[in-house]
Amino acid sequence: MKVPSLRENAIAAALVLCAGFALVFFYAPLDADQGFIQKIFYLHVPLAMCSLAGFVIGGIFAIAHLRTGKSIYDVRSYVSIHLSVIFGVGVLITGSIWAKASWGKWWVWDEPTLVSFLIVFLLYATYYPLRYAIEDRDRQARYASVFAITAGAFVPLNFVAVRMAQSLVHPRVFATANGGLPGSMLLTFLVCLAGMALLWISLVRFELAAKSASASLSRLRRALEGEEYAPQPGSRIAPRVPSSATSAS
Amino acid sequence: MNPFNAVCKRIGAGWDNRSLMADAISVQRPDDPATTPGPVAAVQLSGLWREFGERAVLRDVTLDVPAGSTLSVLGPNGAGKTTLLRILATLLRPTAGEVSVLGSALPPDAWRVRGRIGYLAHEPLLYRDLTGAENLRFQARLHGLPGDGAERIGWLLDALRMSRRADEQVRNLSAGMVQRLAVCRALLHEPELLLLDEPTSHLDPEAAGIVEPLLGPDPGRTRVVVSHDVDAALAQADLVLALRAGGTVAYAGPASGLSAGDARAIYGGAP
Amino acid sequence: MIRRPSTLDALRAILAKDLRVELRTLQSVPAMALFAVTTFVLFRYGLDRKSLSGGLAAGVLLATILFAAILGVNRLFVAERDEGGFDAIRLAPVDGTALLGAKATALVIYLLLLEAIAVPAFALFFLDTWSGIPPLIGVLLLADVGLAATGVLISSIAANSRARDLLVPLVLLPLLVPVMIAAAGAAQQLLAAGGPSYDGVAKWLAVLAFYDMTFAAVGFAVRLPPRGLATPPTTLV
Repeated sequence: MKVPSLRENAIAAALVLCAGFALVFFYAPLDADQGFIQKIFYLHVPLAMCSLAGFVIGGIFAIAHLRTGKSIYDVRSYVSIHLSVIFGVGVLITGSIWAKASWGKWWVWDEPTLVSFLIVFLLYATYYPLRYAIEDRDRQARYASVFAITAGAFVPLNFVAVRMAQSLVHPRVFATANGGLPGSMLLTFLVCLAGMALLWISLVRFELAAKSASASLSRLRRALEGEEYAPQPGSRIAPRVPSSATSAS
Repeated sequence: MNPFNAVCKRIGAGWDNRSLMADAISVQRPDDPATTPGPVAAVQLSGLWREFGERAVLRDVTLDVPAGSTLSVLGPNGAGKTTLLRILATLLRPTAGEVSVLGSALPPDAWRVRGRIGYLAHEPLLYRDLTGAENLRFQARLHGLPGDGAERIGWLLDALRMSRRADEQVRNLSAGMVQRLAVCRALLHEPELLLLDEPTSHLDPEAAGIVEPLLGPDPGRTRVVVSHDVDAALAQADLVLALRAGGTVAYAGPASGLSAGDARAIYGGAP
Repeated sequence: MIRRPSTLDALRAILAKDLRVELRTLQSVPAMALFAVTTFVLFRYGLDRKSLSGGLAAGVLLATILFAAILGVNRLFVAERDEGGFDAIRLAPVDGTALLGAKATALVIYLLLLEAIAVPAFALFFLDTWSGIPPLIGVLLLADVGLAATGVLISSIAANSRARDLLVPLVLLPLLVPVMIAAAGAAQQLLAAGGPSYDGVAKWLAVLAFYDMTFAAVGFAVRLPPRGLATPPTTLV
């Protein structure tokens, strides 16, 4: 199966997202309870699902990195987690807006999914100081992989534990895709989810391509300048793409 | 290849034959014929590179060290001598190139050679809150020596004249005594390959005289010695590796091929 | 001919070494215990309460133990890092799990010693009835194992980094939230005002046990340090 190029990927993401939002505004019915503001659900939940999937994917790449020692997997792990954290910020903001619109408070502890997500976000936010604190690149990559695997194992545990901690007095308030949505809402949700997933993949590939290009540039400069090469003050925590990586899939 | 397919393929292929469980429960691992010592070269380096970040510390080192011989490594500070020793001790991975120690390629087969290498580093690698004897007993247990190595420890402490001070905490000992204990630690498990990083530092001439016979050349043992004493190094060595600052190789070959003057020039030479 | 100690022997050797050093220097357990007792006093004034039960008691006790545990976790690999112990152990023909297992066992022992002091102090300060304490010990034991499993993993990562004292609490605390949830959920019942109730305690114990197994498995699988097995060098030129 031919892997689509980054451009094709990005165009697909844009198209699907536009279609999704069109559906949200013109096709999906208004929620009886919450009215128009409920439509933020179509943004919030896909963001959350892609973010969590991204964390788990980061963990899988980390496993591959430790098993094979190839640093390309570490780069992919880093980028996956990096983008998922950014998506995570979006999740928390949209969740907050939804909470404010629904209950008048910017944060509610009653929603176990949101709380679990906050904890996971706090955990993955420590990924950056962790990488930054280890100077030797080789070691940094390995320890970051261990962290990504540990945190990946943690995510499902955390969701289970937080859900259990909710007393049964507070029923789940946010409907999810599995919670008996009518067909039209489900369709809209799925299209938005697909669009968000394509967006995540495009952004990951874009960042990988950018890193690959800057690493190649670095190598060329080193080859040209030889002994006088002075490394650019690049990011100390971002892993470099090795020369053996050709495609940034 | 699609990363997901690649990862799934790897996971599906299963753990390699040195499984986690096998490692955890094995008591004695019989020697593989493949690693029985007796290869021509105890240490083989081919195009070895080591980089820290963007800075190359060792560049393109190629050398074969036959078993039982002594290699002297010379060079100014920052030439990568300690880095080279650490790579041979399996504590660091090469960035590129091939390294083979006692017949096993590093890093994939590093586990085969641990326990056959004795490393005397800059730091003594001893716990300061334990006594010398306790430190050595701990090392003996880590290396699986029978009876916690009591006999061997006793002999080494006697040979290095440390028996009386062996029950004092390491933090209370002078640097020279700590160095002697470190020598005990390095020799405890009768290694086939000795890696010595300035073995006589901190030692007064008398102590150095005690230590040298134990660390000296031996047909059953290959030695790689880093030293700043150029004349002594050239006198004792069979092979010399001279590194310039920045890790480039100035000379790699028999000791007879390098004169003392040339060797000293490397220390003062431009990077 | 290479003699290779079994992983269990190596684990026992490293554990013995750690306990001997701790006994001689007393740098972990007394500090943790003192911290816990002082924190109880802080809570007494912070909450303006002289007596606690149920959820509040569980929260105060467990939060204090968690923070005291972080002190212990910070110190786990200090000797290895400062005195070259990492190298000494890596040079030996031992499996990576021996080091992690030994450190985790040591941490569990320190935590048990901590609790031997902190829990009676807590009961003395705040509890009206001591009958909830014996079953609480079981909950704490499971929580300790979970604390040790994650603590050792994070400590081994942070040991070689800068700002390690900051990094450990930062990374470890979110990871310990499920432990807090489950242990507090159980403790809340056991420390209830009218005497211990066992309603729902079993499910929290199950969560703790599952957490312990998960992170023990992760630790076993990643085996830090020394490095794992077949990893070819990355080529960079």
